[in-house]
Amino acid sequence: MHIFKNTNYDFLRWRWHAIILSWIIIIAGIVVIAKNGISKGVEFAGGTVVINKFDQPVTVQQVREALDRNFPGGGQNVVVQAYGDPSQHQVMIRVPLIGAEQGQSLSVVAQQANDALKKSNVGNFSTVSTEIIGPTVGEELTRRGVWATVLSLIGILAYLAFRFQFSFGVGAVVATMHDLLITLAFLAFFRYDMTLNVIAALLTMTGYSTNDTIVIFDRIRENLRSMRRDSLDHVINVSVNQTLGRTIIVSGTALLTALALFFFGGEVLHGFAFTMVVGIITGTYSSVFIAAAIVSFWRGASPTRAAAHAPPPSTPPAVAVQPTRKQKPQRKARAS
Amino acid sequence: MQNIRWKVITIVVVFVTFFAVGVYPILSSWKNLPAPGWLKEKQLKLGLDLKGGVHLVLRVKTDDALRLETETEMERLREELRTRNIPVTSINSINPTQFKVEGIPPAQDAAFRQAATEVTANFDRGSGVNGTYTFTMRPNVVVNLRDEAVVQARQTIERRVNELGVTEPQIAQQGAGGDQILVQLPGVAEVERAKAIIGSPGLLELKIVERVAGSKEELMVNGQVPEGQEIVPGVSAAGDTGNLYYLVKRVAAVTGRDLRNARPSLDENNRPAVSFTLNSEGGRKFGKVSGENIGRQLAIILDGRVQSAPTLESRITTEGRISGAFTQEEVQNLSLILRSGALPASLDYLEERTIGPSLGADSIRSGVLASVVGLLLVVSFMLVYYKFSGVNAVIALTFNLVILLGLMAYIGAVMTLPGIAGFVLTMGIGVDSNVLIFERIKEELEAQRGVRASINAGFSRVFWTLVDTHVAALISCAFLFQFGTGPIRGFAVTLFIGLLSNLFTSIFVSKTLFEMVLSRRQQVATLSI
Repeated sequence: MHIFKNTNYDFLRWRWHAIILSWIIIIAGIVVIAKNGISKGVEFAGGTVVINKFDQPVTVQQVREALDRNFPGGGQNVVVQAYGDPSQHQVMIRVPLIGAEQGQSLSVVAQQANDALKKSNVGNFSTVSTEIIGPTVGEELTRRGVWATVLSLIGILAYLAFRFQFSFGVGAVVATMHDLLITLAFLAFFRYDMTLNVIAALLTMTGYSTNDTIVIFDRIRENLRSMRRDSLDHVINVSVNQTLGRTIIVSGTALLTALALFFFGGEVLHGFAFTMVVGIITGTYSSVFIAAAIVSFWRGASPTRAAAHAPPPSTPPAVAVQPTRKQKPQRKARAS
Repeated sequence: MQNIRWKVITIVVVFVTFFAVGVYPILSSWKNLPAPGWLKEKQLKLGLDLKGGVHLVLRVKTDDALRLETETEMERLREELRTRNIPVTSINSINPTQFKVEGIPPAQDAAFRQAATEVTANFDRGSGVNGTYTFTMRPNVVVNLRDEAVVQARQTIERRVNELGVTEPQIAQQGAGGDQILVQLPGVAEVERAKAIIGSPGLLELKIVERVAGSKEELMVNGQVPEGQEIVPGVSAAGDTGNLYYLVKRVAAVTGRDLRNARPSLDENNRPAVSFTLNSEGGRKFGKVSGENIGRQLAIILDGRVQSAPTLESRITTEGRISGAFTQEEVQNLSLILRSGALPASLDYLEERTIGPSLGADSIRSGVLASVVGLLLVVSFMLVYYKFSGVNAVIALTFNLVILLGLMAYIGAVMTLPGIAGFVLTMGIGVDSNVLIFERIKEELEAQRGVRASINAGFSRVFWTLVDTHVAALISCAFLFQFGTGPIRGFAVTLFIGLLSNLFTSIFVSKTLFEMVLSRRQQVATLSI
């Protein structure tokens, strides 16, 4: 079986469509975030989350009314949600930071919420999980998360600049940033909380996306040596086509596992799995349509080694031919 | 042939080793198979999010330790000035690292400088107008004291947690400022008790009482606390509810540092109390002070509150008792806290997570289910799409799994829920290497090369691509580890090891499998791929 055998799509011709589509999504994401803000998980926003498991089924409405009646300050700021499998009768109660959660009184709010439930006779329950985060933790996490992302992008840029050329590094990093922004936009569209797990998925996704990009770049590098007479854009197109089968198959298997996590991984991994699903799709898309296009833009001004030998750009090859493979020089560790 | 035999032997040895370390202990605990103890010890540990337990993050208020040091040196200077008869208007601390001396007569200036140089070695002296001096703690001393305070706090917490009898606790320093302490207590149900015991300052001080009164104002002289003394609130010795204030000497006769032991006991009225024994150094100091002050009251101060103030009837050396309105449980906790020593600074709870065992079990169940479904999907795809070569990929995948489990168990990594997710993703993304190689082999076959040549070309052409992709992924993984706390670190470790074992299986194991198949046949015309 062989999908995408000898394909010959002109990917670079669609680069403007792709870039415009990406910008539309990114700008829509920015608009949504500007309007609603990024909804932060309790790790970042601070506050209290209590998950209670009831003996009998209870509705979110019942729990909410109990809190409205007996929770100090009422329940208007409290988020109440069913949690996990419905057969477990679990309810999550999230109270935003009110300032008391510090020092020895850290767990005051959790206690008050449970007292309110007991007082209202909603039903017998046991607390299966409490999470209380003080106000100072989130800031540090955010700072470290941003640093980790920036540093890993710089690291990848440096490595690719060393192994390939600077323009390839730029292409990979721009594509990765693109994936991050698109994924953030989708997280905002679907109102997923920014949690530690989502951050972990975002960072994993950047690794995955560069992975995809590097495979294509590697082929471009190889073809640049054997196709010295062709224009850079042509080499890029041929390379993307040659690796297309692999790109689609790998995204497919990765997507299968991410979807398995999304549907079977349980409540805790939901945000994580969603991020991975979006990340894998956009990562594949950007590797094919964005990354190489950036390299082409970046090097478009100055003639490259391949382009220098190529015919003038006004007369592109009428038919993109599969390159005839000649004996290639044995690859060295350091290419360009 | 010889070559292949060695490769196969290497692969089998690697597989058996990692299977024994990583997979067998899990199977043995699951199916009750026999396993030696050292192997059971190595079994992959579950993180708090899967096992249930308490996760606390505390911050050590290191300013407390600085303030204590500043006040101690300040008092020492005050004593020194008194013995040398150098009069000053006032000595006061301004902030945790500074204190100020005012009103030194010009004639005594040189003598003051001399005394100050001898006593306050850890402070820089700055002079102001009218015989005023400001003492500022040296920056290196500040840094040392802060570090020391955090380390001491961590050690004290370790002792307290051990006394609580928690199995496999994890206590570590973390945070950007290095002043945070992470405490993980698997399977602890009494969260509030654990928190109270961990966070209690546990500072015991024995001080001679100057005067006792019902309000602070009565103890003050001209609206000020007399020099070298302080006012401590407390209850009266009889244990009634009315508040009393004690004017005591600032310098303690004995502190909790001189304790050798503390244990629950009963007082003369058969109420719960804590008996303590001082070490020889403490006994000597206590004997001197109690001998000199027979007939006066001794305040027993715990965390800045007088618990009782018995009258000294004879010279006491090493034995003492703290009585007050304690319950049996309070007495238990207090003895534990005193035994483990005082915290050098007070603590602030920043974060608390409690994960019930039932939630952990749910997470394991759904994590495993998702893994199995994901793996089955990937395996069936590979078998359908690559046919016989797909078997090769599935074997490589199995290897990857076993090596990953084995290495994680070997280095004592902790399996968390994000770790399980990392596990599945590693497998899903891990077949990438196989796909890359297989697609390349297909291309080579289409270019009408022989099967052998195509396989060799497929592997060698892709080698550097694999190195590049894996190194780039390892770079972002390293930063993820650096950034992460708790579960995220577990995730990063899983990914990191997964990437390394993937490189090994896709390049070495997969290739050897191909070679094995080819070596059985003389002429190979087709390849099932």
